[in-house]
Amino acid sequence: MTTTVAPQPNAAYRPGPRPRIPGRFTRGANLRVGERFASPGRIVAILALVVMAVTWLLPFLWAVITSFKSEATAAATPVTLLPEDGFTTDAYANVLREGNVPLWTWNSLLTATAITVVTLAVSALAAYALARIDFTGRKWLFYLIIASIIVPPPVLIVPLFYEMLALNLVDTYWAIILPQLVHPAMVFILKKFFEQVPVELEDAARIDGASRLRVFWSIVLPLSRPILAAVAIFVFIGAWNNFLWPFIITSDASLMTLPVGLQTVKSAYGLQYAQTMASAVLAALPLVIVFLFFQRQIIRGFSTTGFGGQ
Amino acid sequence: MSSATLGARTGRARAGTAAPERTVTSAQRSRDTRIGWAFVAPFLVVFVMFLLWPLLHGFWLSFTGESITGAGGDFLGFANYAEALSDPIMWRSMLNTVWFTVLSTIPLVLVGLVMALLVFQGLPGQWLWRLSFFMPFLLASTVAAQFWIWMYNPQLGLVNAMLGVVGIEGQAWLQDPQWAMLAVVVETLWWTVGFNFLLYLTALQNIPEQQYEASALDGAGRWRQLWSITLPQLGPTTVLIVLLQILASLKVFDQIYIMTQGGPGGTTRPVVQYIFESGFTGYRFGYASAIAYVFFAVIIIISVAQLRFTSRRNAA
Repeated sequence: MTTTVAPQPNAAYRPGPRPRIPGRFTRGANLRVGERFASPGRIVAILALVVMAVTWLLPFLWAVITSFKSEATAAATPVTLLPEDGFTTDAYANVLREGNVPLWTWNSLLTATAITVVTLAVSALAAYALARIDFTGRKWLFYLIIASIIVPPPVLIVPLFYEMLALNLVDTYWAIILPQLVHPAMVFILKKFFEQVPVELEDAARIDGASRLRVFWSIVLPLSRPILAAVAIFVFIGAWNNFLWPFIITSDASLMTLPVGLQTVKSAYGLQYAQTMASAVLAALPLVIVFLFFQRQIIRGFSTTGFGGQ
Repeated sequence: MSSATLGARTGRARAGTAAPERTVTSAQRSRDTRIGWAFVAPFLVVFVMFLLWPLLHGFWLSFTGESITGAGGDFLGFANYAEALSDPIMWRSMLNTVWFTVLSTIPLVLVGLVMALLVFQGLPGQWLWRLSFFMPFLLASTVAAQFWIWMYNPQLGLVNAMLGVVGIEGQAWLQDPQWAMLAVVVETLWWTVGFNFLLYLTALQNIPEQQYEASALDGAGRWRQLWSITLPQLGPTTVLIVLLQILASLKVFDQIYIMTQGGPGGTTRPVVQYIFESGFTGYRFGYASAIAYVFFAVIIIISVAQLRFTSRRNAA
């Protein structure tokens, strides 16, 4: 399913022109010589872009504005964009004082980090063996992993729940984490990348007596930072936002992840719109901040893992 | 599909793998086998425990009357499947899923393409455009759905308020059987189009600049270039995006469950929600598994059909 070409392990080893770096789009179709900046086509394009961007930002802005209103103003008709009684942080104060949002954020961070680290470790080891070590059974194992990419997670929810019952893990962090460690598509992406690492480097190290593990750790992994980062970003964000499985497996409010907790809050707050929006905005905040700081890396990560990830 | 589109670099990669041309002794081979399986072992453990085993066990469950209490786990043969295929709710939810997929895939691909084409014009403020279009994709389904429940609020929501300004009467979008599915599709478009936008943007970047330069020398304008260079070059990407989008849309659950709980009157309930409900509110594990496998069969059929379609295209 993957066709995006992984970035080269190290641009210096690649003959020919320097590859373009995914995630840098400013090159654009720049103005040609003699073309006026304000041609009619360009003005239409700018207008369309602005209208679409505003439309796409609107739900977010509307939520933020609502979260800074008092409950009375938020529920008042007719709808006003800006509150007459001024903005207030009451909703946030209430959510943070009474709600579990900080706890859920911690749970999400903990489980998503664990899932990312373990997934990366087990997938990279397997991918390296599939790419480089000529072991008996490698071919059919690879086909099995590729074929499993097609399995939709919802098909597994019932037997996985059954398994968690049998292992006595329902309502634990383990139950949230364990089933999210399997990402066959990521093994595929990593394998393809490892195959592009110049094999001469590895051979040289092995002639010097380095073990497979040593070669993998000191030569292959350092050359693979971009793809490892891309996979990590993809897995982390997927785990951070996963809803269905954590929703099924946790009923204890103190173990819930952010998306699951927020769903229970929806009914608890009832008609308290400002607080509902405040908790949603708080839940969105961590990834929004991370995205603002690491926009390029995140975009590059998704454009390299994109086709394989679904 | 991957072999065809990967092109030159796969060739390079293959040459790389085949490089060591030493004679492989049987001792070395068995050593490689031991080491190879040792490397694969950690992944294999989680793979077998949390994918392969549940997949097989679920298939077994679908032939039993298993419930959450552990009672009634007798072998029933195809009874669950027979029941599923004559269950109007199953059919309704399957149709809802297909309908959602049809309604959502077209705008998700087209709007993503238009966004990418516009952003690629190289206008100033690149980070802001990317932020606006891609940011929603990073939100949890719950957060995105909460935003839109509020947008769609009949009395207090922004959607009806803005329609009111231009004199259109608002609706109870999520409560009206006529509008609920459309409302969910619009939310999905807002939430996930950023992903397709990004894939298109990457593809646009990979079109060789020389093609534009050559056509410009021949006097082709921007429109001409769009139709004769850009869109044809995006063909393979579009096929893949459509394929991924269909598979993603068929799995829809989160936003519908959160926004409408499948209502009103089951008009938006997707098949994944029916699996979930049969298993975890009806406590019928066996029956839920049977529906899950019917769903899985549909996914496999569609994937294989798409694979055949794309490989024929690539061969041509």
